[in-house]
Amino acid sequence: MAGYIVRRVLQAIPVLLGTTFLIYFMVFAMPGDPVVALFGDKTPPPQVLEAVREQYHLDQPFIVQYLLFLGGIFRGDFGTSFSGQPVSEILATTFPVTLRLALMAIFIEMVFGITIGLISGLRKGGIFDASFLVVSLILISLPVFVVAFVAQYVFAIQLGWFRTTAGPGAPIQDLILPAIVLATISFAQIVRLTRASVIETDTQDFVRTAASKGLSRRRIVPVHILRNSLIPVVTYLAVDFGTLMVGATVTEGIFNVPGVGRTLYQAIIRNEAATVVSFVTVMVLIYLFVNLLVDLLYAVLDPRIRYAK
Amino acid sequence: MPSNTRPTQAHYVAPLEETPLVAIDSVTTEGKPSNLWRDAWRDVRKRPMFWISSALILLIVIVALFPDLFTQVPPNNDCQLSNSNGAPTTGHPLGFTRQGCDIYSRIIHGTSTSLAVGLIVTFLVAVLGIIFGALAGFYGGWVDGLLSRLGDIFFSIPYILAAVVIMSVFSQYANVWVISLAIGIFAWPATARVLRAEVFRVRNADFVMAATALGVSRFRILVRHVLPNSIAPVIVITTISLASAIVAEATLSFLGVGLPPSTMSWGNDISQAQVTLSTAPQVLILPSIALSVTVLSFIMLGEVARDALDPKARAQR
Repeated sequence: MAGYIVRRVLQAIPVLLGTTFLIYFMVFAMPGDPVVALFGDKTPPPQVLEAVREQYHLDQPFIVQYLLFLGGIFRGDFGTSFSGQPVSEILATTFPVTLRLALMAIFIEMVFGITIGLISGLRKGGIFDASFLVVSLILISLPVFVVAFVAQYVFAIQLGWFRTTAGPGAPIQDLILPAIVLATISFAQIVRLTRASVIETDTQDFVRTAASKGLSRRRIVPVHILRNSLIPVVTYLAVDFGTLMVGATVTEGIFNVPGVGRTLYQAIIRNEAATVVSFVTVMVLIYLFVNLLVDLLYAVLDPRIRYAK
Repeated sequence: MPSNTRPTQAHYVAPLEETPLVAIDSVTTEGKPSNLWRDAWRDVRKRPMFWISSALILLIVIVALFPDLFTQVPPNNDCQLSNSNGAPTTGHPLGFTRQGCDIYSRIIHGTSTSLAVGLIVTFLVAVLGIIFGALAGFYGGWVDGLLSRLGDIFFSIPYILAAVVIMSVFSQYANVWVISLAIGIFAWPATARVLRAEVFRVRNADFVMAATALGVSRFRILVRHVLPNSIAPVIVITTISLASAIVAEATLSFLGVGLPPSTMSWGNDISQAQVTLSTAPQVLILPSIALSVTVLSFIMLGEVARDALDPKARAQR
């Protein structure tokens, strides 16, 4: 177990170095003065310009620049926003909001996705299964901003069930609609994955054994089938975390939820590339961390992974 | 179902199948031998979803290539602010945008942008994915280690976020080619992973050993024998990546780091219509429908391809 953890953490290091280098390279290998280019057609206050120059250590050779940038990241220095506020300070206030929104979305998509996927899988080819197959295809085809606008128009503007945009402090009731929108992105995929997984597990030997020793279907389904079908679903959630972050950017922007996503959204809209780079770096680090965590979680859940060479 | 099984077991007892000798005798050995592609085609032909998605895609391609067949109204020049968010009139079946441009004409003329981005990204993803996946799976060892780690790095940056960074830095160069490059350069690892696993499986097949025994060179074995037998899952995933690329372009344009406002794009139109969502929702909804139907067509085609080419998916239908 300890060996596996060490191995997996060690494997994450080159990926971490590679991704940060890639982001750094995309921005700073371009011709001209990258700091000026980062601000596009805008003229930032001189002290911001100075802070950015300092953050990226532009007087040093390229590789030294990168290493210093990396050192800054490890000390929690993600740079300075356009308004001069340190990115780490912005993160401290916005991150809890995004975390709440993301957890609500994951909860919604898990509960509904797994339930519907389980029913579809157990009644393969039935009317419920067939109609949900069509619904899931349509849901997969809808871009998140389209879902967000339609939801905003129908449920907030027309029916008035929710507020159009989140109020100050983003109370839970203002996050319900954005969370549902965010949940629709992966919901259909979770349904299909659970369905496929349930169908496959249902034909396994251990399920037959459970049935032949006289267990009722009522016990076999949750204990033997569902539990074993969930492994690919959890993997998918981790891999799909990137989509969730992009979705959160769009959803928080549209519903004006004061989270990390909205900060990135506004930086993109206002063409403040320096802030965009800082926040994308943070998101990539979170993504890597979540995937590492899920991999380690597996080792706890599934002994086959622990002992595999 | 035999009646002597207990109720909970009924589900698990396979019916007794015995092939009568007459049936075995009647199997002919003449005629063309079947293969994966012929089987797939026979399977696909019977599915309404295949014909629906193909018809839609054909229509989309015709609209993209010959927009003038569908509308004579210029999408950009004829805009009058007095028509802002106007209702449909004769000759303008879907009404007007906030700038007073004809919505129908803008949707028709925006088709080629989405399709072009989709095709360029898919081409890029397929080329990079096939090269990386095939080499990693076939040669294994340090080649696999190097290429797979490289893929992991690109895979760890969600491709829309990567494209956001590239496009915000290169905003003054934005056009269809640049945006496709920005999306495609980070979207290939998924394809490479799928192909690598498949090549890994196929490279130990008997026909590969036979080719080796006949003295065929390694590279030729890869190109002539291994690749054609492991390409099926790549076809499925590229069809779906075409749909994802179209969504990615629309998302980037919606965020304002996509194509310049002068380029006709559904994403741009949706982005501009959001200000008047409460008063004129149709201006936002109509291009969204065009976008979603296009994406749906490719998703459906990918779905049909998966069912036909992947025996596991077929069993689950």
